[in-house]
Amino acid sequence: MILDAKVPSGPLAEKWTRFKREQRLISPANKAKYTVIVVGTGLAGASAAASLAELGYKVLVFCFHDTPRRAHSIAAQGGINAAKNYRNDGDSIFRLFYDTIKGGDFRSREANVYRLAEVSGNIIDQCVAQGVPFAREYGGLLETRSFGGAQLQRTFYCRGQTGQQLLLGAYQALCRQISYGTVKMFPRCEMLDLVVIDGRARGIITRHLVTGKIEAFAADAVVLATGGYSNVFYLSTNAIGCNVSATYRAYKRGAFFANPCFTQIHPTCIPVSGEHQSKLTLMSESLRNDGRVWVPKRREDVAKHPNDIPEADRDYFLERKYPSYGNLAPRDIASRAAKEVCDEGRGVGPSGRGVYLDLADAIRRQGIDRIREKYGNLFDMYERITGENAYTQPMRIYPAPHYTMGGLWVNYELMSNLPGLFVIGEANFSDHGANRLGASALMQGLADGYFILPYTLTHWLAGVKPGLPPLDHPEFRRCAGEAQQRLKRLLAIGGQKTAVEFHRQLGHILWDYVGMSRSRDGLLRAIDQIRTLRQQFWENVRVPGSDTDLNMALERANRVADFLEFAELMALDALRREESCGCHFRVEYQTPDGEAKRDDERFCHVAAWEYAGPDKEPIRHEEPLVFETVKLTERSYK
Amino acid sequence: MKVTLHIWRQKSPADQGRFVTYSLDQVSPDMSFLEMLDMLNEQLIQQGEEPVAFEHDCREGICGSCAMMINGLAHGPERGTTTCQLHMRSFPDGAEIYVEPWRARAFPILKDLVCDRSALDRIIQAGGYVSVGTGGAPDANCLPVPKTAQDKAMDAAQCIGCGACVAACPNASAMLFLAAKVSHLAHLPQGQPERHERVRKMLAQHDREGFGHCTNIGECEAACPKEISVEHIAQLNRDYIAASLLSLVR
Ligand SMILES: Cc1cc2nc3c(=O)[nH]c(=O)nc-3n(C[C@H](O)[C@H](O)[C@H](O)COP(=O)(O)OP(=O)(O)OC[C@H]3O[C@@H](n4cnc5c(N)ncnc54)[C@H](O)[C@@H]3O)c2cc1C
Ligand code: SF4
Ligand code: FES
Repeated sequence: MILDAKVPSGPLAEKWTRFKREQRLISPANKAKYTVIVVGTGLAGASAAASLAELGYKVLVFCFHDTPRRAHSIAAQGGINAAKNYRNDGDSIFRLFYDTIKGGDFRSREANVYRLAEVSGNIIDQCVAQGVPFAREYGGLLETRSFGGAQLQRTFYCRGQTGQQLLLGAYQALCRQISYGTVKMFPRCEMLDLVVIDGRARGIITRHLVTGKIEAFAADAVVLATGGYSNVFYLSTNAIGCNVSATYRAYKRGAFFANPCFTQIHPTCIPVSGEHQSKLTLMSESLRNDGRVWVPKRREDVAKHPNDIPEADRDYFLERKYPSYGNLAPRDIASRAAKEVCDEGRGVGPSGRGVYLDLADAIRRQGIDRIREKYGNLFDMYERITGENAYTQPMRIYPAPHYTMGGLWVNYELMSNLPGLFVIGEANFSDHGANRLGASALMQGLADGYFILPYTLTHWLAGVKPGLPPLDHPEFRRCAGEAQQRLKRLLAIGGQKTAVEFHRQLGHILWDYVGMSRSRDGLLRAIDQIRTLRQQFWENVRVPGSDTDLNMALERANRVADFLEFAELMALDALRREESCGCHFRVEYQTPDGEAKRDDERFCHVAAWEYAGPDKEPIRHEEPLVFETVKLTERSYK
Repeated sequence: MKVTLHIWRQKSPADQGRFVTYSLDQVSPDMSFLEMLDMLNEQLIQQGEEPVAFEHDCREGICGSCAMMINGLAHGPERGTTTCQLHMRSFPDGAEIYVEPWRARAFPILKDLVCDRSALDRIIQAGGYVSVGTGGAPDANCLPVPKTAQDKAMDAAQCIGCGACVAACPNASAMLFLAAKVSHLAHLPQGQPERHERVRKMLAQHDREGFGHCTNIGECEAACPKEISVEHIAQLNRDYIAASLLSLVR
């Protein structure tokens, strides 16, 4: 099947205006007749829910956290991009668009990315009006900084806590609607399934995490804003609760999953220290603005104290390999370069899997106070975790799974192939192609929620009659029954191993074979091992307690079960994409100097997978990527 | 290292609850406090027992989920640190550690170390926002804000909503949490139009939720993982007096 993205015709810069001009509308009085479910209260979900409620829809909002404010978006550190050109450094909508397309290695949809750049400025306006305390210059105007993959300073930030402040802005907007009664909030409610009736998304099944009660909710449209799936790797920079379950269940109900193998490994994380570790910690990419990345030139020096290695014996490998971007090379490239030097035996730290991120020059130049002001909280965090003081010696960093560009397939209107199912934020297959640039996820989440979905959802709803299916419809009952049975089944196995142990094993398989570099043989082996592990899980997992009260081990096991299925899809997608692009690096396809080699003849498309039934190979559909404005080139940061 | 844990176990809100003692061996000083509890929980599951329920998510000190009294101190012995950022190297080998949930009337215990902090959400819902809808905002640089005001607003805005201030306060007052939001918005021009209304509404909600009154003890500041200063409470009080006077004049 060739997928239709419903991109409006006309010149690139006019597509979104044209959509808005031609879209259908619903009168204010009629909007209240429509019910919309929003699952997730991260930047995407909270901003969408607040905006839809303001428009007049009846909005039901769900999250598994105890409060909407704890969504994973809260942890974003570095900043948010916008093409404001406040710096007079040559920024424009076109440049932000082009950087994003190129950063994604030409595997995203032109029209979506252009629209994202177009609304980016409104996001900053909106957030400032809400009282988000962005960093400012002494004159009182907004300050910006640069970020990986760009030669301009277009990143707005709030110290090292940009995600927190943006999310609190959206959360407060949501709270305002809750107080007006236009939003009904369901915290501690996990979506367990999507209900599809006659081919259209009609509601969800949830479990209340304290009482264990399984409930059904019906709506005119369902919006998923449930975040990314980096935790499939077990160790990642994501919060522990991040999962693939909501999107994967939607996939099993017919929504297509696009580019699942596009997963980003972030270059600047604190290296793994031992098996006990439950997650990895990101050191914001903003550190690369002032930090220089290096390893010893000679293997013999790796055990030396870094301060004892003279300048001449250091290899600033990013500056050497990518002179024009240097330490600001995009994430996929920086991560691979770090892996390469470690593979050569020049990695530092106890495990030999680490490189230095050195701010000594910047401290000398700008003074320790300025550096403390910019990155103090990051240095503190580093010291807490490693016990080392980064003001006096370089940090050690290593790449770690961080972000997933893959997600449910959506058209230009952010609707999946299932009518009535909209997907926003990191949960959709997004505008970032095969690699996301820093500070662009926050931008996308808020663009989707504040400025795109309110238009496109209205357009779609205007074409359907308002009204809910009855909750005793057989489909609702079937889905609720299946969800309940699955929990009972997990509890009944009574095996020997915990779900966390299975998760950790799965992580090892993926990190080895579906991580920073992939090969045909490795991927085949991974698929084999995942299948075996999944079988063992269903025979030998041990889940204590019951399903009628707060049972975090059960929640975890239920999510791990989905990861165990989804991982296979990821490996399969990586296997079938016989090219390298962005974060997807297949060793068979590389240029003579070891860079990713795309195959635009065969793979200039989005791969969207359709579930075909248990133990059947899913069906791979393609959405051709048509580039009307940019020219496909070899991506170079040299 | 080896530790002896005395952990509050409570099956449900109605259950009495009690301390249960566990000893744990081969704890690495590099583990975070939560990773140490993970280790305990893995062992409990393998022994067929229910693991200790506790809340956590980001594990980097920003989501505000993790919440425990550790040896009588909210978030444990380190200053300016959440439980998830506390590492076992902060404890001596052989340590005896008491772990309890937050205790406050407004935070009913749900299970073990998990309590219900939704009262904090309702305080924000009462007015902890700027009433602007989506769209139509003027250009962000139309409104210059002095850097010093900005920095003050940001200091206050860092609150992670963990509730440690409540747990540490002998009166179980949520005044530091409330003041942090009031002060964040009061320092910015965007927060001015609703400034006085906001204080009144949020305080009224605070009292309705059953939080205690502030008697300037200052335990909240010592416990706050974001080191939010009690000065913000002074600011809140000034705003509240101004709001009360204004409503009298009107
Ligand atoms: C450490 C870190 C730093 C980052 N820094 C930056 C940065 O500086 N700049 C940038 O642009 N991006 C950054 N990112 C990426 C960015 O934070 C995320 O991509 C983005 O916040 C995702 O937002 P979201 O709204 O899509 O989802 P999330 O914020 O992940 O929210 C998901 C929501 O869905 C809910 N949910 C999930 N599953 C279910 C279910 N089954 N049932 C009910 N509810 C469910 C959750 O409760 C939550 O409310 C960073 C990411 C990390 C990990
Ligand atoms: S003021 Fe401090 S202690 Fe209180 S909720 Fe906020 S961060 Fe936690
Ligand atoms: S787990 Fe998020 S603050 Fe501790």
